[in-house]
Amino acid sequence: MKLPPLEYACPTSLSEAVALLAAGGGEARALAGGQSLMPMLAFRVVAPALLVDLRKLPELREIEISADGVRLGAMVRWRDIEDDERLTAAHPLLKAAVAHVAHYQIRNRGTVGGSIAHADPAAEMPGIAVTCDAEIAATGAAGQRTIRAADFFLSALTTALKHDEIITEIRLPAWPAKRRWGFREFARRRGDFAMAAAALFYDQDAAGKAINAHVGMIGVGDRPCRLPEVEALLNGRTIDEATIERAAEITSATVDAQEDIHASAAYRRSLAGTMVERALRSAAA
Amino acid sequence: MSKKYHVTTTVNGDGYEYLCEAQQTLLDVLRDELQLAGTKEGCATGDCGACTVMVDGTMVCACLVLAVETDGAKVDTIEGMAQGDKLHPLQQKFLELNGSQCGICTPGILIAARALLARNPDPTETEIRYWLAGNLCRCTGYDKIIRSVQAAAKEMRGA
Repeated sequence: MKLPPLEYACPTSLSEAVALLAAGGGEARALAGGQSLMPMLAFRVVAPALLVDLRKLPELREIEISADGVRLGAMVRWRDIEDDERLTAAHPLLKAAVAHVAHYQIRNRGTVGGSIAHADPAAEMPGIAVTCDAEIAATGAAGQRTIRAADFFLSALTTALKHDEIITEIRLPAWPAKRRWGFREFARRRGDFAMAAAALFYDQDAAGKAINAHVGMIGVGDRPCRLPEVEALLNGRTIDEATIERAAEITSATVDAQEDIHASAAYRRSLAGTMVERALRSAAA
Repeated sequence: MSKKYHVTTTVNGDGYEYLCEAQQTLLDVLRDELQLAGTKEGCATGDCGACTVMVDGTMVCACLVLAVETDGAKVDTIEGMAQGDKLHPLQQKFLELNGSQCGICTPGILIAARALLARNPDPTETEIRYWLAGNLCRCTGYDKIIRSVQAAAKEMRGA
């Protein structure tokens, strides 16, 4: 398989990269590791005239952990997250989810920003961004802006990013030490795209009841989403076996499931409930 | 005539300079320009691992890396694994224990297995299986591959 003809640029500053994308007028694409973009080129799903490689922008490679939360530079790789031991406490849900991303060859090059910009409905990172109310920082010809994850993913492979904008970082809000969380994913082989995955967390009040429940679904609809009906069920309740079973039922009844070559919509709805059930059980354990 | 890009790189310790087109992958250049055809093309979309090579010490799919991205990088391929006629212990064990059948996946698996043993000289069977999850083999059923890696690991540890 051969890629379509294209040109290549490797700018050494963000402003230069933005200028190249702006001049490309939609025919230029950012290259941020390329582990999704390269297969898309090979299949000729996309055929940009110019690739703007972000690899020489070291400021996009930082992982910063502070009282405000975790800031992941757009060019942080899955491997960097896996190897960063601080994240085990600073964001265990992120770490657990990223463990499911692809296999080692891909993990050595695939990036956080690349995955967010690609917006595969079955990818873990967009799902974590939506579940955790992340902010996505982008810089374009018109300057910088911050986009809430909930407003960023429009549908499969479609985002709110403009053609001249580059994601610079993803900001995940601070993670309280006592937060309960769970992540469960089903794929036929470890590392394959999720047929369904649940990412969830909640905090607890003094009486041990769940508050601030966030329940996210990956790989089921055309974009990652939260499940407000399930969150409403969990908030104010003790997460016991009856609540967990009810949460699974509500998930299967309310989730918007897509049919594709991997699974029927009915199977996905059922699987989504099972993933929520298992993730909640591990959160409550 | 499309634009050419100048790349300076090291492959298996040898310096190379070449001109390529932007759309040529590292795999294209290794096989078609540098005549290093030991690295195989399987799926060309990052699913099968047949084209696994090392770039600056990390294993990657050469089909998912543009050759221009490796300007200034150090590349290691299967051709650099044996020292003259002396096979690497992994190669020797794959030969002895039938870890290779049709052979298409073998170069990628050897490179990946060497990367594993450099990081973890005594991996469990589960660790080997997970590490090699990105390398598909349609002949062996994997068992002989795993045993070959275990045997080579043992020999390399001097056990």
